[in-house]
Amino acid sequence: MATMTRDETQALIQEVLEVYPEKAKKDRAKHLAVNDPSVEQSKKCITSNRKSQPGVMTVRGCAYAGSKGVVWGPIKDMIHISHGPVGCGQYSRAGRRNYYTGMTGVNTFGTMNFTSDFQEKDIVFGGDKKLAKMLDEIEQLFPLSKGVSVQSECPIGLIGDDIESVSKQKTKEHNKPIIPVRCEGFRGVSQSLGHHIANDSIRDHVVHNRDNDDSFETTPYDVAIIGDYNIGGDAWSSRILLEEMGLRVVAQWSGDGTLSEMELTPKVKLNLIHCYRSMNYISRHMEERYGVPWMEYNLFGPTKIAESLRKIAEFFDETIQANAEKVIAKYQAEYDAIIAKYRPRLEGKKVMLYVGGLRPRHIIGAYEDLGMEVVGTGYEFAHNDDYDRTVKEMGDSTLLYDDVTGYEFEEFTKAIKPDLVGSGIKEKYIFQKMGIPFRQMHSWDYSGPYHGYDGFAIFARDMDMTINNPCWNSMQAPWLKPAEGESEAPMAASA
Amino acid sequence: MALRQCAIYGKGGIGKSTTTQNLVAGLAELGKKVMIVGCDPKADSTRLILHAKAQETIMHLAADAGSVEDLELEDVLRAGYAGIKCVESGGPEPGVGCAGRGVITAINFLEEEGAYDEELDFVFYDVLGDVVCGGFAMPIRENKAQEIYIVCSGEMMAMYAANNISKGIVKYASSGGVRLAGLICNSRNTAREDELIIELARQLGTHMIHFVPRDNVVQRAEIRRMTVIEYDPTAKQADEYRQLAQKIIDNKNFVIPTPITMDALEDLLMDFGLMEEEDESIVGKKAVEEAAAA
Repeated sequence: MATMTRDETQALIQEVLEVYPEKAKKDRAKHLAVNDPSVEQSKKCITSNRKSQPGVMTVRGCAYAGSKGVVWGPIKDMIHISHGPVGCGQYSRAGRRNYYTGMTGVNTFGTMNFTSDFQEKDIVFGGDKKLAKMLDEIEQLFPLSKGVSVQSECPIGLIGDDIESVSKQKTKEHNKPIIPVRCEGFRGVSQSLGHHIANDSIRDHVVHNRDNDDSFETTPYDVAIIGDYNIGGDAWSSRILLEEMGLRVVAQWSGDGTLSEMELTPKVKLNLIHCYRSMNYISRHMEERYGVPWMEYNLFGPTKIAESLRKIAEFFDETIQANAEKVIAKYQAEYDAIIAKYRPRLEGKKVMLYVGGLRPRHIIGAYEDLGMEVVGTGYEFAHNDDYDRTVKEMGDSTLLYDDVTGYEFEEFTKAIKPDLVGSGIKEKYIFQKMGIPFRQMHSWDYSGPYHGYDGFAIFARDMDMTINNPCWNSMQAPWLKPAEGESEAPMAASA
Repeated sequence: MALRQCAIYGKGGIGKSTTTQNLVAGLAELGKKVMIVGCDPKADSTRLILHAKAQETIMHLAADAGSVEDLELEDVLRAGYAGIKCVESGGPEPGVGCAGRGVITAINFLEEEGAYDEELDFVFYDVLGDVVCGGFAMPIRENKAQEIYIVCSGEMMAMYAANNISKGIVKYASSGGVRLAGLICNSRNTAREDELIIELARQLGTHMIHFVPRDNVVQRAEIRRMTVIEYDPTAKQADEYRQLAQKIIDNKNFVIPTPITMDALEDLLMDFGLMEEEDESIVGKKAVEEAAAA
């Protein structure tokens, strides 16, 4: 199908909106837009970070998910208590495939579930004493843990437990940071507020811990990776490129990260932000308080990688700049070979994305390197500064959808007929049953890494094996297949 | 002058809101910049300052706007008599929802939005009578109100309540900086009321900061949704509130209270004739049994 014109895309939005009652239609219309790359301020064309409409299917998460699941959870040498009833902790157990090194249960705790398992009596009489006891038990059972974060589930905010005072007291007793986080799930409209709350708790309890301590030897080339959660090893395949450039990566936030890395971050020369949405807050704080500048970068696909490595090198001296060129040159044969192999198989394929913090815009370049086109994109929980950055990356007249509903996403897909949909586990089987190749772009479908040159090789392979998988030719039951010479019968799956 | 944050507690119906607004008017008259934060779903903590039936509350505005993050400070803050800033946390109708969470959300919102600016001299939290859940203890957590005033009278239940509130303060005082700053006696014209409250205060380790006599002008002003100081600045009662305001400005008596046992409280009430000596021999005796024994 040829790329749609502006009018056609607008007509598609109108058609999809038709099904809604008046009020819902009015609201949803603001979240759907036809892209115009010349627009400077996205708020003129799209609304975001608003409460989802009741009655539609949204795949958004909650503030607890944003804090425990995204920001805090991957800090591997701390224990993160899911404070409240057992479900939130158990269903978010093991995080988002944030890989880490270490001995789980001894000095790292990433895949374990610590919960205060609230019962009726804890709600009625308050859970402060239980929390205090739990903190003592953790200290006894896991003495090598470096600290604890208390991730509040909904009931904590309702019964008004004073987790701040318990945390403060136990911080003194155990001489380890115990950090209360007020990320009750009902706060805010999506997981986005949870990121912010988690950033604020790191600001209040972590980044200033070594303010008057000069024992850490700094270099002029110290950087921190911010907002890389090391899903499938992403931060590792990013880190090696920075190191080959001659930079020293002091901290990884927060994939495979540690408490002391976070504490040392204010001493670096430059903060490098991959996921702007979830960690711009702490980066801005470090800029204001410590004068550490920050820079966004993108390590998806060779074009964006080269662009980003040069932009990062620009901040440093000529040696680093020369090194950046060497790194890009060193890997050129490798990524040229990947493109030579996969581009002919993927050229012209159309993709629709619907993901979270940075990917709806960051991955576009990687697809383009493979000759593919992203024809629709959207975010679960973006704010308008994310869309400001997105409109520039997307082609003219492509489709933007914010907090897309299940219905809208399916209808858009039926009309646009992309060759690939990239979204999450909740969407996966819907689209596969519709006969559309699908990749999970939150967890990389248990593959990865996708960052860096190493990641690009895996990304290209994964997209090829999904789109060109022979199973898509077998969508029709054999007995419904037209006999040779007959014209094709309508597909059963699209009925 | 550093910002002083004060919370007013006391038995329901004792006159917390009336006393708070009148004394705040006194503070404002003395040139102090004051904010009142109503922490009661009834939202009647600011009506005498604003001449309003009930101020629009943070929680109701948040419900209309979608979420509290959608609100701005100017949406919820109103200035009334003598520039006193007023805000009501608000909350649900009786019997539904969670009023305590309303208080927590409202106070967090005010902090995040910078309502506690450097200009302010005092913040007063007017808190619902009974501290029924953690939400209503929010104003006395660390870095919030440091001074607590308990409004009471020489009636048995009011004194029980004062003693119970003191127990709550002890819990928070041990982990933070909150202190009992005094009892305000809002007189009900009971016998030897001042002596009784002075004695109760002594036993709790604090002082009776002021004895506010009963005067109908308070009700007359209230019907007009005004404080006495605004309605009739020459009234004798206006001077009483001015005195209370001055005493609060000068107050340095901040203590961790020493709540007393039930027995000690009953002894006190008996000493003052508010309670009869208990006759253990009549406990559990039916009328017929008493008649037979007589």
